[in-house]
Order: sequence, then structure tokens, then C-alpha cells
Amino acid sequence: MAHAEHSPAANPLLQEVRPAELPRAVLVENNRSFNWITEKICGIIEGKTPTWWWICFILACFVASFTVAGITYLVATGVGVWGHANPVNWAWDIVNFVFWIGIGHAGTLISAILCLLRQKWRTSINRAAEAMTIFAVVCAAIFPVFHVGRVWFAWYLFPIPNSNAIWQNFRSPLEWDVFAVSTYGTVSVLFWYVGLIPDLAVLRDRFFAAGNRVRATLYGLFAMGWRGSNRHWSNYEMAYLILAGISTPLVLSVHTIVSFDFAVSLLPGWHTTIFPPYFVAGAIFSGFGMVLTLMLPLRAVYKLEDLITQYHIDCMCKITLATGTIVGYAYGMEFFIAWYGANPYEGFAFVNRAFGHYAWAYWIMISCNVITPQFFWFKAVRENTTLVWVLSIFVNVGMWFERFVIIVTSLARDFLPSSWGYYSPSIVEIFTFFGTFGVFSVLFLLFIRFLPVMPMAELKAVTPQADVHGGHGHEKH
Amino acid sequence: MSAQPYGLIATFETTPALYHAAEAVRDAGYRNWDCITPFPVHGLDKAMGLRRSIVPRISLAGGITGFCTGMSLIWWTGAVDYKLIVGGKPYFSPMFAFPVAYELTILFTAFATIIGMFVLNRLPMHYHPVLKYDDIKRGMDDTFFIVIEARDPRFNLANTKALLEKIGGKAVKELEA
Repeated sequence: MAHAEHSPAANPLLQEVRPAELPRAVLVENNRSFNWITEKICGIIEGKTPTWWWICFILACFVASFTVAGITYLVATGVGVWGHANPVNWAWDIVNFVFWIGIGHAGTLISAILCLLRQKWRTSINRAAEAMTIFAVVCAAIFPVFHVGRVWFAWYLFPIPNSNAIWQNFRSPLEWDVFAVSTYGTVSVLFWYVGLIPDLAVLRDRFFAAGNRVRATLYGLFAMGWRGSNRHWSNYEMAYLILAGISTPLVLSVHTIVSFDFAVSLLPGWHTTIFPPYFVAGAIFSGFGMVLTLMLPLRAVYKLEDLITQYHIDCMCKITLATGTIVGYAYGMEFFIAWYGANPYEGFAFVNRAFGHYAWAYWIMISCNVITPQFFWFKAVRENTTLVWVLSIFVNVGMWFERFVIIVTSLARDFLPSSWGYYSPSIVEIFTFFGTFGVFSVLFLLFIRFLPVMPMAELKAVTPQADVHGGHGHEKH
Repeated sequence: MSAQPYGLIATFETTPALYHAAEAVRDAGYRNWDCITPFPVHGLDKAMGLRRSIVPRISLAGGITGFCTGMSLIWWTGAVDYKLIVGGKPYFSPMFAFPVAYELTILFTAFATIIGMFVLNRLPMHYHPVLKYDDIKRGMDDTFFIVIEARDPRFNLANTKALLEKIGGKAVKELEA
């Protein structure tokens, strides 16, 4: 019978045939040792402060001073110094808030969702991406906090008993946003900190051995007396997994709730059910744009090519491509539904976006967000780091314009033609936003100077020599 | 009694060596012992005979507390303490309370998980005999240790030392308490 013919015993040739082994992508190149990883990452912190760092830091402080100036003037004068006026009562502040909070989402995606999906390539970029998340949330928080005008009343956002004995309106998506963003910020910090603990212990012992008692004490204080005990690792790993597990619904909910700020209103162009998934995809898209913008120079400056390999860049580019294409699909679908829904106001809002007074912003958005990521289909593009970096800048620009287009065009042309207006930002608003890039850079520069930019323990765990079976892969214990 | 050490510490250079040694110590019946590793070694929990961590139970308790806190906060503030009609909507509905309760579920779960992890690990503990070991820096870097504590009922300086040496432990030393 044919069956017997194909059995290995009957056919000697088949005995020689082995199923093809798909090689796993190497996550740490050149077969580096554990010690090499420690020396490489700690060397960044222990070495002398490089000149470029000081130059960047001073420049970043200078840029950040624009935010300080803008906010100081705002608090001293009043929100009237911002350019929004009827009918665009909600403009620059919310655009920038959504822009920055969206950037943060890639950090949580990398640290949480990719952890659950067992995408081990996340290890080398997750620390820096999480730092990016936290600093982006800091920049985002500036806008809603200061747009209340009398910032010393910002605590009214939280359910704290006050002298009027009145409570927050929990029916409002804006109040949901307060909880979503503050939870997001807090959990991101906690997640980041838990990941840092074993690495801080490494630094503690290295500084102690080097005789630097001050830094050993400081790192030691935050390392909580971590001693690498496996009984600790057991609880630690479980806690880390749970944090990843809860951060996943958290990150999806944050931008969903941000999109509710718009979708729950009745304004044409905002009142659509596509907003939550569309906002989440856009957030991840913009976040990966920012991760690439930050990681590629970091990789070049600190010679981290063995840890952030071409495989990592490929993965990041592909996620940017996928989410960018989802965003492009959402743009098309919005138009389709505006036509298919046969609501004249909705139809007008979309035609106005593409061909009205803000058409310039719309077409910047389309070219940056829909066309730019399509270059990532090509391997030659993904392998050209300079080009990838330039494209990532376009992604950042495009996603800022997306929020501008959504928010400003819908408000500028509302139901009543007599109240139509045109919004341009005031110089105070421009200062405040421009400065946030400085605030972000200052924080990020401090991070790369004083904290390990990559999780050493996690990197060591994905090297081949970490396998207790020496790579033979027999699973019986 | 000051001569009584905290325990014995043995060095292992590779993860497979540590893994098989841990199995041997487990099978010898020791209870108060530990492995010191620079990163979580996959499968070592089983080799040490550790039970599954109970952190998830604490997390669940935190999550339930968070959800109830969110719901009752919104119900109490809106429907009990200060009733106010806003937009003709009900004083309380689990529908509009859900997003806030959801976020608080996550927030409380995160705190419960981390606090639970610290409590179960008895951290922060800035003083520990293991941390005083001269080579601990390498234990955070690229070496692995097994520590058997003197308070273990089976601990016997000579026999335990012999066991650690037999299973491949290098530089078996006493840890000062």
C-alpha cells in the first residue's frame, strides 16, 4: 500500500529527511555574554557625561523655558491669552493633549501587549518606550490642567470634598478622562518602576564596589533591597505579568475614553462610532513614530546595534505600517459613512475638512499618515535608518495634524453659519506647545543619563545561554 | 553563638548547572534555601519546588475593591449626598459609572499587585546577609548562587557543604549573619 511505502522504515530516504527548522530571530547579536550586557548598559550611566549630552540638555532646557513662559503668562493673565474664541472654544489645548497622550500609547503597547503576546523583541526597547510614555503623559497633563484657567482650582477635577459640597458630574466623558489619564499615568509609573527594581540593584552593587557611597545609597534606596532571590523572582514575574495584563485593557480604554470626549457630543465629524478603535490605532501609530524618532539616535550614539538589531527596527516599522494603514482606512470609512449616512451636516463636515478653509491641514495629515507609512513595505527603506528616522518625523507631524483637523474643522463650521469662524493659535499657545518638546527632551535626557536605558535582567533572560537546557529545548522537568 | 553562620553560599557559572543543582537541593529535602540569579531563570521555580505565586489573589481582591469603590463613589455622590439633575439623566446608572469604575479597577489592581509583591517578598529589606557577600555584585551580573540557610532543620555545616560541592557548587562559603 501507498501508506507503507511512505513510512520511514520502508523508505530509507525519508529517514534522512528532517522537518525544516525555522530559526528564531536573534535578539542579542554577536552572542554577547551576560556580563557584556551589564557593562554596556551600566557603562552609559557610569561613564563621563558626554559633551553632546550637555549640549542637548542645555538646548532642551532652553526650549522647555517656552512652556514655562507661556504658562506663566497664562496664569498671570487668564485663559483669554489663548487664541480660541467662539465657535472654536476647544482647540490648541485639547489638540496637544491628545497628541501627547497618543504618543504615550506605544510605550504601553510595547511593555504590556507585546509582553502578553510573548514578542520577545520588545525587551530591548521597552524601558525607553515606557519612559517615553511617562514623559508624554507629563506633557499631555500640562494642557488640561492649565486650560481650566485658574489652575489652583484644578483639584476640582477630583472627587475631593469642597466648600460648595458639590460633586463632579460623572455623566461627562471629560470626568471619565480625568480618571482614565490619571490612572494611566500612575500605572505607567508603577509598571516602569517595577521593571527598574532589579536593574537598580545591579547599579547599587556596582557603585558600592566602586566606592561611590552616595550613588550606591540612592540607587539602593529605590532598589528596595532586591537581592535576586528566586523566591522573589517568582512573585515578581507574576506581578509583572499581571501588570502587563491590566495595562493592556488600560491602554485601550484610555484612548477610547479620550475619543468619547468627542464621540459622545453631537457635533458632525465627532459623533461617530468609529472613533474609539480609530483613536487607539492612531495613538499606537504616533507612538511608534516617536519610539523610532528616539531609539534610532540613541542606538547610534551609544552603539547599541547588538541590542536594537535590524530585526527590532523591522518590527517597529511594520507595526507603524499596519497601524498607519488602519488609520488610513478609518479616514476613508469616515467619508464613506458620512455619505452613506445621508446626514447633510455630517456630509458637509467631511467635504469641508478636505476642501474647506482647513484643507491645507487635512492634506498634510493625509500625506503624512497615509502615504508615509507605505514606504515601510520596502525592505530597503526599513534598512536605511536615516530614512526610517525621517519618515518617523513625518508620522509625528501627521498625527498632530490629525487631531488639529478633527477638533478645529468640526468646531469652526458648526450648525449655525452665522457663528462660523476661523481659528489660529496665539503666540502664547505656540510657545506653550513648542516648549513641551523641551520638557519631554529634558526628562528623556535625564533618564538616559541616570537610569538603565534597557532592562538588563530581561535582556539576559532572552539570550541563548539563559536557557537551562542549553538550547536543546527538551521540555521535561 | 556568634559563630553560627546565616548559611552556606555556593557559586554556579551557568544556568543549566544551577538548574540541576537546584533540583538536587530540592530532592535532598531542604526547605529554607534560595537561588540568587541576575534574571528570572525559566523553569527554576519548578526545579526549586516552589508553588505558584499567590500574587494574583491579592490582585483580584484589589480589582474588586476598585470596581466597588468606583460604583459606590458615583452612586453616593450623585444619588445620595447631593442629588442634582444634569441633562435630564438619572441620579445614578451603572452605565455612566462604568468607565470610572473600570479605571479604578485597574488602578487598585495595580497597587494591590505591587504592594502584594513587596509584602510577599518581605521587601524593602535593605539589610540581608546575602547582600553582604563579597561577590554579590557578580550575582546581580552574570553568576548564580545557591544559599542554604542554617535555620533549615536538615542543615549541618559539614554535610550541607559536601552536598553543595557534590552538585557542582564552586567556592562554597559561610555567610556571616
